[in-house]
Amino acid sequence: MAEIQIKNVAKKFGEYQALHDIKLTISDQEFMVLLGASGCGKTTLLRIICGLETATTGEVWIGGRRVDHLPPKDRGIAMVFQNYAVFPHLTVFENIGFGLRMQKLPNEEVTRRVERVAELMHIEMLLKRYSGELSGGQRQRVAVARALAMEPDVILMDEPLSNLDALLRMEMRAELKGVLAESKTTAVYVTHDQVEAMSMADRISVMHKGKIVQAASPIEVYRNPAAEFVAGFIGNPPMNFLQATSTGNGHWTVAGQSFDGPNSDKTLKFAIRPEDMTPSDTGLTATAKVIEPLGAHLLVTCDVDGAMFRAVLDSDTVVKPGDRLTLAPQTDRVRWFDPETTLAVA
Amino acid sequence: MTVVTTDVAAPDTRKAGRFVYISAVALLCAWVLVPIYFLLINTLSSPETVNSFPKPFIPEFDLGSLQFFAGFAGMLTALKNSVLVAGMTMIMSILIGAPAGYALSRFDFRGKELFRLLILLTRAFPLPLLALPLAVMFIQTGLDDTVFGLALVHTTLAIPFSVLITFSLFSGIPIELEEAAWTLGCTRLTAFTKVVLPLILPGITASAIFAFVISWNEVFAAAVLTIENRTLTAFLLQNLDTSPLHLKFAGGFILVVPALIFIFAVRKYLFAMWGIANR
Amino acid sequence: MNARLLPYVLILPVTLFLCLFFLYPFVLVAKQAFSTGSGFTLDNFSEVTSYWKFPITMRNTLLLAAAVVPIQLALALLMATMVNRMQRGRDLVLYVWTIPLGISDLAAGIIWLAIFDQSGFLNSMMSGLGLIEKPVNLLTFQNPGIVFLAIMLAEIWRATAIMLVILVAGIGLIPKEYYEAAEVFGASKWKQFLRITLPLLRPSLQTALVLRVILAFEIFAVVAALGGTLFPVLMGETYAYQFDLLNSGAAAAMALIILAISIGFTLIILRILRVPKGATI
Repeated sequence: MAEIQIKNVAKKFGEYQALHDIKLTISDQEFMVLLGASGCGKTTLLRIICGLETATTGEVWIGGRRVDHLPPKDRGIAMVFQNYAVFPHLTVFENIGFGLRMQKLPNEEVTRRVERVAELMHIEMLLKRYSGELSGGQRQRVAVARALAMEPDVILMDEPLSNLDALLRMEMRAELKGVLAESKTTAVYVTHDQVEAMSMADRISVMHKGKIVQAASPIEVYRNPAAEFVAGFIGNPPMNFLQATSTGNGHWTVAGQSFDGPNSDKTLKFAIRPEDMTPSDTGLTATAKVIEPLGAHLLVTCDVDGAMFRAVLDSDTVVKPGDRLTLAPQTDRVRWFDPETTLAVA
Repeated sequence: MTVVTTDVAAPDTRKAGRFVYISAVALLCAWVLVPIYFLLINTLSSPETVNSFPKPFIPEFDLGSLQFFAGFAGMLTALKNSVLVAGMTMIMSILIGAPAGYALSRFDFRGKELFRLLILLTRAFPLPLLALPLAVMFIQTGLDDTVFGLALVHTTLAIPFSVLITFSLFSGIPIELEEAAWTLGCTRLTAFTKVVLPLILPGITASAIFAFVISWNEVFAAAVLTIENRTLTAFLLQNLDTSPLHLKFAGGFILVVPALIFIFAVRKYLFAMWGIANR
Repeated sequence: MNARLLPYVLILPVTLFLCLFFLYPFVLVAKQAFSTGSGFTLDNFSEVTSYWKFPITMRNTLLLAAAVVPIQLALALLMATMVNRMQRGRDLVLYVWTIPLGISDLAAGIIWLAIFDQSGFLNSMMSGLGLIEKPVNLLTFQNPGIVFLAIMLAEIWRATAIMLVILVAGIGLIPKEYYEAAEVFGASKWKQFLRITLPLLRPSLQTALVLRVILAFEIFAVVAALGGTLFPVLMGETYAYQFDLLNSGAAAAMALIILAISIGFTLIILRILRVPKGATI
C-alpha cells in the first residue's frame, strides 16, 4: 500500500531550474497522470520519484518511507520506459523475469509469475523470442509485463504509448487502464497527450515550466481550469479568450455584448470552450474565416472583435468564409481569468 | 541492340558508365591485393628463387624461406616478444581505456572537455617520439629493454583509440537499458555486468584487437626501447641492411598475416568507431 | 558509490597513464632539447639545423607529404563515393580496401621492396615484356626519382585506407534526404558531390587530413625499407641522432621540430576546413 508524497521538490540542471518547489500527494492505488508539453518537467519529476535523478532539494516519500536517498532498486517501484528498454540479449521470458532473478527468487516462482503476467498482457506465445523479433506493440507489452512481474507498490510510466501508432495506442490505453486497476498499484503516468490523460487518469497534474498548475480530476481540469495555461492547453481546440471590461457590479462588456461575471474592477479575460456555443439571434458577432468539416461536427475559425475565436458547431450548419455569425455562449460554462496572475477568478 | 527505340543512347551510356565503375572497383581491389600477392610469392619460394631473376608470378610453395626465417638466430624470440608486447598492450589498453570510454558516454562532468582534449591531443601527436625520453626514464626504473616497458609505451599509443572506440560502443547502448536494470533490482555494477557487458563484448573484442595491431605494427618505439628483447618489427628494422632478401620477405609476410585477420575481425566496427570519433 | 565522483574514478587510470607516459616524457623531451647540460640554450637546435643534411631531410619530408597526401585524399574520396553507391559486394570491397590499414609501415616497405628490388617483380615484368635485357638496380642514388616514386607508392598504398575509413564513416552520417532534395532541384551527381557531400563531410575531412598529415611527417620505416640512407627524412635522422650519433639532445630537438611542423599544419587544416557553428548535420 503506497502513497507517494512529494515534498517541496526542486531540481536545477546547472543554471536551469527544471522544477520549482513541487508539492504533490498521490494516494494509494490512484492513477496519476503528469501532463504537459515537452520541457515542462514532467519526466524529470517522474525520474526523481524513480530515483534515476536526484532532486536538488526536497523529499520523496513512498508508503510512509523516505526514499530520496535510496537507489531505484530499493524504492519498491517499477518503471515502463518510453522506448521500452527491453533487453536485446535476453528472451522475453528472461526480460520479464529479470527483476525476479535479481531478487534471487526460486525458479518455480519466477516461472509462475512470468507466466501469469505474460497471460495478463497476452504475450504468453512470445516468451521464447528476442526483442528483435517483436513488433513495437509487443515490446510495449513486454515492458509492462516486466514491471508488473515485480509486483511493485508503485508503477511509473514515461510516455509508454507515444511510440505506437494511433489505433494501437487507443487499444493499449484501455487495456493498460484495466490491468493497472486490477493490479491495485499506485501509478504515475507521464504523457503529453491530453486524450490519454483524460481517458486514463483518476487525477491529472497539469505541469508548466517546472510547476504543477493544477492537480484535479479530468473533468474538473476540463471544466474549471485553474489557470489560463490549463484552459489554453486542455481541449482540442482549447478555450477561446476575449478581453472583458468591467461596467461595475459584476457586469462586463465582451465584444460589445454584456455578460454577468465576477465582482472585480480589474480587466479580466472572458473564456469559453468552442463547443459551448450555439448560433443564435443574440450573442457575440463573429466573421467566419476558415471552415473545417470534421465529420462529427464543424470547426469554424472566426474573428470576434479582432481576436481569433473558434467554435465547434453542428455539422449540418451552413456557413462559408466571410459569413457573419451570432454565437450565444452557454452562460454557466463561461470562465473568467485575471491576466495579471493568469489564475481563474470566480 | 536490334530493338528500335528512340533513345538508344541512354541505356548505352549507362552501360558504359557501369562498365567503367566496375572496372575501377576491380582495379582498386587489384591495387591493394597484387602487392600482397607478390609478397606471398616471395615467402612461399625457396631462398634461391627469391634471389634469382626473373621472378615467377606464381608461388612454388616451397617452405625454404619460412624455414630459414624460423631458424634465423633471434627471430623466433623476436616473434614471441612481439606477441607478448601486443598481448599486454591489448589487455592494458582495454582495462585502462574502457572505464574512461564509459565515463565519457554516460556522464556529464566538470572537466569532460579538457579530458577529451587530452585524448585527442595524444592522437594528434607524433607519439613514437616520446620513446626517446622514456628510454632514459626506463633505465632509471629498470624497465629498459623489457617487454613490459615497451608494452607501456604501446598502451599509450593505443589508449586514445581504445577510449574513443569504447566511447562509441557505450554510446550505442541506450542508457534506458541500464536504467531499466536499476529499477529491476540491479546496482550500477550488476546492471553493467548483466546488461551492458553482454551487449558490448563483441565490440570490446574488436577494440582489443585494434590495440593488438597498433602494438604489433609499431616500429620506432620498439627499435628505440629494446636492445636484447627485440620485437619482430625492431628486429627486422635493425637487420634491414644486412639480412638477405628472403628473410625480409618472410618476416614481412609474418607481419602482414595478423593484419589480414584483424581487419576481417573488426571490419564491422571500423566505421562506427570513426563515425563517432569525428563528432 | 557517489555518482558525482564516479566519472572521475573512471577516467583516473587513463589520466594517470597519460600524465606518466605522455605529458611527463613530453616535458622531458622539451627540457632535453633546450639544454646541453647547463641552463637554457638553443644549441641543440642550431646544431641540427646547421647540419648539411638538414635542409635535404626537411625538403624530402615536406615534398613527400605534399605529393602523397593530396593523392590519398582524392583516392579516398573516390573510393568512398564509389562504395557508397554500391549495392552488391559492398562489404567485400570495403574489406579488401581497408586491408592496408592493419599493415605496418615496415611491412609495407618490404612489400614494395619486393616490387622495386633489383630482382623484384617490376624488373621481372619489364624483362618479360622485353623492355630491358637484364635487371636494373632501381633503388640507387642514381635514380632519386624512382626511389621517391617507390616510397610515394608504398605510402599511398599503405595509408589511404585510414582516410577511406574516416570518410566512409562520415558519408554514412549524411542523411539520404539531402541527396533526394538536391536531385529534385535538378543537381547532377557531380554537383551533389560538390555541393552536399564535400561541405557536409568537412568534420571528417578535418580528422582524416590532420591524422594523415601528422603521420606523413612521422614517416620512417617505409623509407628505411625502400630507400635506406638514399632518402633521408626527419624521423630517420632523429633515430640516427639517438643511436648512431648517441646525441639525445639533438634527437630531442629534432623531435620538437617535427612536433612544431605537425602542430602548424594541424592548425592550418583546422582553420581552412572549419565548420561554422550550427552548420553541422
